[in-house]
Amino acid sequence: MKYAHEFRDPVLAQGLLGQIREAVARTSATVERPLNIMEVCGGHTHAIFRYGLHEMVPKDIEFIHGPGCPVCVLPMGRVDDCIEIAEHPQVIFATFGDAMRVPGTKKSMLQAKAEGADIRLVYSPLDALAIARCNPDREVVFFALGFETTMPSTALTVLQAATEGISNFSLFCNHITVPQPIKALLDDPDMRLDGFVGPGHVSMVVGTRPYDFIARDYGKPIVVSGFEPIDLLQSVLMVVTQIAEGRAEVENQYGRIVSRDGNPQALAAIGAVFEPREKFEWRGLGEIDASGVKMRPAFAAWDAERKFDVGYGKRREVADPLDARCGDVLKGQIKPIACPLFGSICNPETPVGALMVSSEGACAAYHQYVGARAREAQVV
Amino acid sequence: MCLGVPGQIVEIVDPELLIAVADVAGVRRKVNITCIVTDEHPAAACIGDWVLIHVGFAMARIDEAEAAETMKVLTAMGELQAELAAMQHSGETA
Ligand code: SF4
Repeated sequence: MKYAHEFRDPVLAQGLLGQIREAVARTSATVERPLNIMEVCGGHTHAIFRYGLHEMVPKDIEFIHGPGCPVCVLPMGRVDDCIEIAEHPQVIFATFGDAMRVPGTKKSMLQAKAEGADIRLVYSPLDALAIARCNPDREVVFFALGFETTMPSTALTVLQAATEGISNFSLFCNHITVPQPIKALLDDPDMRLDGFVGPGHVSMVVGTRPYDFIARDYGKPIVVSGFEPIDLLQSVLMVVTQIAEGRAEVENQYGRIVSRDGNPQALAAIGAVFEPREKFEWRGLGEIDASGVKMRPAFAAWDAERKFDVGYGKRREVADPLDARCGDVLKGQIKPIACPLFGSICNPETPVGALMVSSEGACAAYHQYVGARAREAQVV
Repeated sequence: MCLGVPGQIVEIVDPELLIAVADVAGVRRKVNITCIVTDEHPAAACIGDWVLIHVGFAMARIDEAEAAETMKVLTAMGELQAELAAMQHSGETA
């Protein structure tokens, strides 16, 4: 087994792979018609490629890489919005580093920064609030993106700003949620998904209840997983076992962190500051009902969408370049290598699509770990 | 941004606002501990806790073995180095 020495317990990993092989033999899966298992979270995608798990599991299991990389599903319009806000002379725009290289229609934030916009990389929204505290004559805007994992941090930061009465701080809220795109993918007639490996850290916040509909309404198994390679193998085994036994349930492999009800303090903060949007735009997936949140009217004073009159719904949405296949890769319909731009025009240094930007994006992970080998194989 | 990083709470800075200092692989930084404080486990009891930290917020208590294993995986994936760099250079102008 390749990379075996990197497992915490190589014997356990071998055992799990054997059990996966036995379980998949009890299903109707074949190499031509494999079990399509979607790992929803981008962190899982990265770990699968890093440890070569996609090559270790039997050939009648296919990993379909889901939309769980927040910068990868960020539409170009939102990047344009960020730049528009950041180019106001009185603004200091603070963002996580991942978002910097995502292409907008004209430029990325990295380019806008090089042209003079005051854009600062921060590790935490708390650091953006600290910048606001030290610069009372400037307007500090934090770009709030990410799934439910990062929502508590931005919600608590806004609550902190409100408590301290810091009025030159605001949030450009573009948070998105995990369950709704899963529903959209399940409703898509072109998709054929047999089961899910659910996100660990999103679930640490929201619990496992929000996934009940996947088992109940769609009859598909989902297993919430940790991101160590052993966790992922164990979760795949649990998914395949459910399929073999004709069950569809929400199971929790990551019980050491994730509970059924989630983190009450985190959920309280989210509920206080945010409310669902009717719909939200996803790069490559289009508009999805109730898949994003906005700030409640009570927090209008800290809402950059209101302060700067920009954001979702305020500009015409723009699609990715024509021959970019980001949408198909995001939906798991093609492998990154099947995109004509992969590795040539689109690469990690000059990404065309957002999937090539972050290590959690399927194209970047593919490029980093298997792309070179696959490209050679194609040439031969 | 999504994976988080393990650290150990070493000091409570502000028990009102629930701000603590965590040690993350030798780097110290302030973290908010709202999400791990409960009536049964007040702020003062958090000192020594191993926690999973996401963008400056302690999100879950973990045990020391889990912390060590997570560090190993994050290092292998290149994520630990990225997180530590982001922590150390947060907010710089250039
Ligand atoms: S290679 Fe680039 S353009 Fe093609 S799907 Fe991936 S990110 Fe999109």
